[in-house]
Amino acid sequence: MAATDARNSRNGGAAWDARAIGEIVAGLAGKPGALMPVLHAVQEYVSYIPPEAVPAIARALNLSRAEVHGVISFYRDFRTERPGRKIIRVCRAESCQAMGAVALAAHIQARLGIDFGQTSGNGDFTLEPVYCLGNCACSPAIVVGDDLHGRVTPERFDEILSGIASARQPR
Amino acid sequence: MTAVVYVPRDASAVSLGADAVAEAIRVEAASRRLDVKIVRNGSRGMFSHEPLVEVAASAGRIAYGPIAAGDVASLFDSSFLDGREHRLRLGAAEEIPWLKSQTRLTFARVGVIDPSSLGDFIAHGGYRGLTRAIELGAEAIVAEVTKSGLRGRGGAGFPTGIKWKAALNAPAMPKYVVCNADEGDSGTFSDRMIMEGDPFVLIEGMTIAALAVGATQGYIYLRSEYPHARRTLNEAIATAYSNGYLGANVLGTGKSFELELRLGAGAYICGEETAMLESIEGRRGMVRFKPPIPALEGLFGKPTLINNVVSFATVPIIIARGAEFFHDYGAGNSRGTIPFQLAGNAKRPGLIETSMGVTLREIVHDYGGGTASGQPLRAVQVGGPLGAYFPESMLDVALDFESIVARGGILGHGGIVVFDETVDMARMARYAMEFCAVESCGKCTPCRIGSIRGAEVIDDIINRRRPRENLEVLRDLCDTMKFGSLCALGGLTPLPVLSALKYFPGDFGLTPRDVEFIGADLTISGSGAGNGHAIAER
Repeated sequence: MAATDARNSRNGGAAWDARAIGEIVAGLAGKPGALMPVLHAVQEYVSYIPPEAVPAIARALNLSRAEVHGVISFYRDFRTERPGRKIIRVCRAESCQAMGAVALAAHIQARLGIDFGQTSGNGDFTLEPVYCLGNCACSPAIVVGDDLHGRVTPERFDEILSGIASARQPR
Repeated sequence: MTAVVYVPRDASAVSLGADAVAEAIRVEAASRRLDVKIVRNGSRGMFSHEPLVEVAASAGRIAYGPIAAGDVASLFDSSFLDGREHRLRLGAAEEIPWLKSQTRLTFARVGVIDPSSLGDFIAHGGYRGLTRAIELGAEAIVAEVTKSGLRGRGGAGFPTGIKWKAALNAPAMPKYVVCNADEGDSGTFSDRMIMEGDPFVLIEGMTIAALAVGATQGYIYLRSEYPHARRTLNEAIATAYSNGYLGANVLGTGKSFELELRLGAGAYICGEETAMLESIEGRRGMVRFKPPIPALEGLFGKPTLINNVVSFATVPIIIARGAEFFHDYGAGNSRGTIPFQLAGNAKRPGLIETSMGVTLREIVHDYGGGTASGQPLRAVQVGGPLGAYFPESMLDVALDFESIVARGGILGHGGIVVFDETVDMARMARYAMEFCAVESCGKCTPCRIGSIRGAEVIDDIINRRRPRENLEVLRDLCDTMKFGSLCALGGLTPLPVLSALKYFPGDFGLTPRDVEFIGADLTISGSGAGNGHAIAER
């Protein structure tokens, strides 16, 4: 999975660097059908796929830029903008709906002050929808950063959120 | 003596705090100077008891659950390492009725063994299927799979042996074996539990398939939403390579089988087998026209055998124990066992592997114990987001491929989602269209446009804007989607919509009379649907 915690991306979420991306692409270009592994690796490294990296990816894989762009835009996972420091993904599928996911999503949106697909003004959080995390026996489910949570109530979400806030307090 | 304690590493158990429990046990054992080995097993699938901690006591494995990190000190105080009494003690794990009444063939080792240990796998019967497969040879393996009556567990229910035969007889080389691990249906997690709890069985099943059809390269296409499964699988693949179970010379047979994990990127449609192939090839996950079938022209245009995780994982026991053994379970043309996954508003949700033909009522009430909320049960969706909604009065339907189709539903990948009386079925119908619109690959018009129009029309009906006229429009639209879509995503989205209308017209502001036309429309033509996922193929 693409790292969902931007701070955990391998370069620490710093600005992307063309040479490192070139090395990632070169390392995977020999695979049959290399584009998906390449895009995942780039996103794991920088936390998104910088549009400026697309021409290099296309060249290395002997594809047109349009083809690469087409693939990036097709898949929900691939981002073209830097996300917030924590990505929060909320399952919106049936099993979670049966256990209160609609109200939970509304609570999360209100708490963070953002809608799905948005990043909070301070850059702390990006909120994304997800359609099934396979945690359906423990619905409703969300992912915060790299951590999967089950049976999440609005109260439990607030606890998770304050856990993040206290972890970020300077010592 | 070292005490062995099991704490699941299964993603769901972890989502309820299993990692913290394991850490608390480690710390507590250290502070009490006790020699404790913690094994991170898969989950037994009893999620009302997770995190479920087990101890290897002299009387067998004793279970305690659900355990929070805060309970750990009291477990030690009660001498749980000797299997002693505690308020959360559940008794011998395998004697818990919820588990004991199941028939675990495919899931025999899940929750039992250490998924990272090849030795544990082999000690519990692993790789016996492959050993026998090597003796049998290609034709006999395919014959055995055919004779077992196994049908695809991804959802389509296509006879596995026929697929294998087609791939075996395909002349072109090289050939591929691809595992569809893009388990996208809400309410399903059996693939995930196999991959996290017994990854070697999937590798074994795929290796047997490769021997059978003459494939030299395998791919597992895993959805990106499963990072825990990704780690477990990659570990297991590396271990299988270093022990000669994968690579240039599988177990000294001179046959080569390479296996690689590929990740999806959040597209439900990639559970449709041809969209999955496009994705592995590095393109947008657009559904292909069929024919040609993938068994003849699949990945990179070469013969490709595609099965779901559970299908591959069921092959080793069929080969090891013989086709008859598996065939003896089941009902009618639905042979063997199937792992049902009970989810949503169920009091005791989880993984229930049982003989085909069990009734929906047994799953929902006997295993599930009714709703989690304690409110009356209102609807049950069977077979994922493309499956029908059933009212309480229809719970006596038998869960096998034919019986459920006869009642206007699909079995899909075996996902069962329970809703209590607070559910608004008009909203669920609208969601089905909305989901189709979000996930449509866009190649065919009925699915791409029909789903968007469908959501609009349902809105109009709900908002009392010419409801009867709009019901006619919705009916036409569902017909167009059903008969005109390229794959099961567009083709089956009408199923949840029409079943919601038929059984719950009041939620749409309609009367039973308004929806009388829905009847025969609810029967599925052709082979039904499927995929870890209801959409693997049609």
